[in-house]
Amino acid sequence: MKRILTGVAAATASLVLLAGCAGGGAQGQAPAGDTIKIGLNYELSGDVATYGEANVQGIELAAEELNAAGGIDGKQIELIKYDTKSDAAEATTLATKLMTQDKVITVIGPATSGGMKATIPVAEQMKIPVVSGSATADDVTVDANGVKQFAFRTCFNDSFQGTAAANYAASKFGAKKAVILRDSSSDYSKGLADAFRQTFTAAGGEIVSEDAYAKGADNFNAVMTKFKGQQFDVIYLPGYYTEAGKAIKQARDLGVTQPILGGDGFDSPVLAEQAGTQLTDVYFTNHYSSADQDPKVQEFIKAFEAKYNTEPNAFHALGYDTLKFVADGVSRASEKTGEGVQKALAETKGFAGVTGTFDVDENHNPVKAIVFIGYKDGEVAVTEKA
Amino acid sequence: MKNPLLRQVLTLWLPLVATYLIVLLLVRAGIIDAYMQVTIATICINIVLAVSLNLITGFTGQFSLGHAGFMAIGAYTTALVTMRFDSLVGFLGGLVLGGMIAALVGFLIGLPTLRLRGDYIAIATLGMAEIIRILLQNFEFTNGAAGLSPVPQHMNWTLFFILTVGSVMLIRNFVRSRQGRDAIAVREDEIAAESIGVNTTRSKVLAFTIGAFFGGIAGGMYASYFYVIKPEQFGFLKSVDILVIVVLGGLGSLSGSVIAAFLLAIISTLLQPFPGVRMILYALLLIVIMIFRPQGLLGKRELSTALLPRFGRRRRPEPSGKEAA
Repeated sequence: MKRILTGVAAATASLVLLAGCAGGGAQGQAPAGDTIKIGLNYELSGDVATYGEANVQGIELAAEELNAAGGIDGKQIELIKYDTKSDAAEATTLATKLMTQDKVITVIGPATSGGMKATIPVAEQMKIPVVSGSATADDVTVDANGVKQFAFRTCFNDSFQGTAAANYAASKFGAKKAVILRDSSSDYSKGLADAFRQTFTAAGGEIVSEDAYAKGADNFNAVMTKFKGQQFDVIYLPGYYTEAGKAIKQARDLGVTQPILGGDGFDSPVLAEQAGTQLTDVYFTNHYSSADQDPKVQEFIKAFEAKYNTEPNAFHALGYDTLKFVADGVSRASEKTGEGVQKALAETKGFAGVTGTFDVDENHNPVKAIVFIGYKDGEVAVTEKA
Repeated sequence: MKNPLLRQVLTLWLPLVATYLIVLLLVRAGIIDAYMQVTIATICINIVLAVSLNLITGFTGQFSLGHAGFMAIGAYTTALVTMRFDSLVGFLGGLVLGGMIAALVGFLIGLPTLRLRGDYIAIATLGMAEIIRILLQNFEFTNGAAGLSPVPQHMNWTLFFILTVGSVMLIRNFVRSRQGRDAIAVREDEIAAESIGVNTTRSKVLAFTIGAFFGGIAGGMYASYFYVIKPEQFGFLKSVDILVIVVLGGLGSLSGSVIAAFLLAIISTLLQPFPGVRMILYALLLIVIMIFRPQGLLGKRELSTALLPRFGRRRRPEPSGKEAA
């Protein structure tokens, strides 16, 4: 028993040490008022680090531009960045740290819906808004208990994307029958598939067949052969580019020629690398298109390429827009507090970003246009806004 | 101090109650802020996970890579129950039920696999945890890959303290019991243990079941504090994270697991300001520690023998006393 006691004694000692460290860290920061502190709580390592990194690159570019233009009301923006390791509990921990110790006015991130949901209860408790640029699950900002007052996002949600794809299938291809192939390990894929199925069948269409694969799958011959034996007009493939690229190539190799529709998970050069010239008659819904001739978009692409030497994708653009959106909210806030910013963000009207101009609706979702990107022979052939 | 009861009150209960009250006061006074409370919660959950795995891996010598699976069962059970019966009673019921289901699964998995010896068990437990994760990902009632949210928060400092200290004490008592000593005998030499009449499979299954129970309890604590649970949180890497705590603290040392849980939380906290290189530094630190302390921080020993006076207790001094100094 004594051993436990000493364990606890050591524990207490460590606790004091911990307190010392934490306290020291907080004191080292500049006094409040000199800068506007915004927390970045992102997946910088782990499974979904690609999305976190991309969001952060966009945010940092936006911060540079805003600071060069004089910041917000003459105050510079200070970004405080932490890594959630793609872990939801760590996201909760770090959101708490940003709000209590770093005293940020708003937290941006995490990039994924699960991580984002883990920080919202903290936001509601501390009355500091959290904003995500890419958490697309429907129940991030609103659930059965109503809208989550302190949660915002700058991307459209999954059901919007699935619905848009179903409408596009009907209007563009006159599709009456569809098959769905989804990723069983992803809630994103499930959300899109559910919305597509609902809209498609409500409009009189029929889902002939539905199948699922697990993350990391690389052989789609069996399922494509099964689809080939059936009568249908389009394939809906809501998944990520890693598997989708292979699935598309194998489908075309087998002679499945129907149009393939997907979601923003297709948005990566890897898709074209994997499918090659077989990437034809493939369409996906996206947040923005780099082919958009809007001067705002072209300026963003130029600035991004100058800083990072690579073409921005939708996650970069969403990150960029998210910081601009938050900065806009902070500058309009009558009181520079979490609650003040929350009020300003909720009242946003006509915010013009590179991913479109939008208002924030009563469920804290942006009301914005969706872009369809179509490929032919491995090249982007169609860009349509709907 | 010949009176064992008095000794126990002075050396065990008094410091425990004092620790509890001091932290409670500091929380009330706002000196321990919300962020530190989350850190303490993480430490408590990690302690329960580590001591329960230590019982299986450290004391019984069965290399298990499936602890995250038990944690997942406890977490999902607690979450599903509290989302329906959102009260303290519902939460405690869910917590115990989660522990019991985890123990049952541990028992059913342990019965055939623990007849195996050595590394086969690592593979079998790894497979079990993956099966649990994939099932959770595909069941409708667990909401698939999206997981469950928001899980009502019922855990607070009082519950964390009771559950953590209670788990450590119960496991400690088990290790010191006849069955616990049988388990240690199995670890030291399975054939020798069998030859002197220890039912090795029974000892292993018992330790495995108890470890699974507390793994489930830790999962319940996690679910009821961190709002969101998803199958992917309970993957292979989570099992490895727990194993890291156990190995770092010392296989077969409960106080070692407790200290390692604290140490890793402190390291993790101190590295937070360096997001880019955080995980690299974390891994480097682990490598360095393991180079200098290959047997773990405490080896097989417990903390008290080295640091505390004996209080007149008669015990044979342990031969490796220098190690913990």
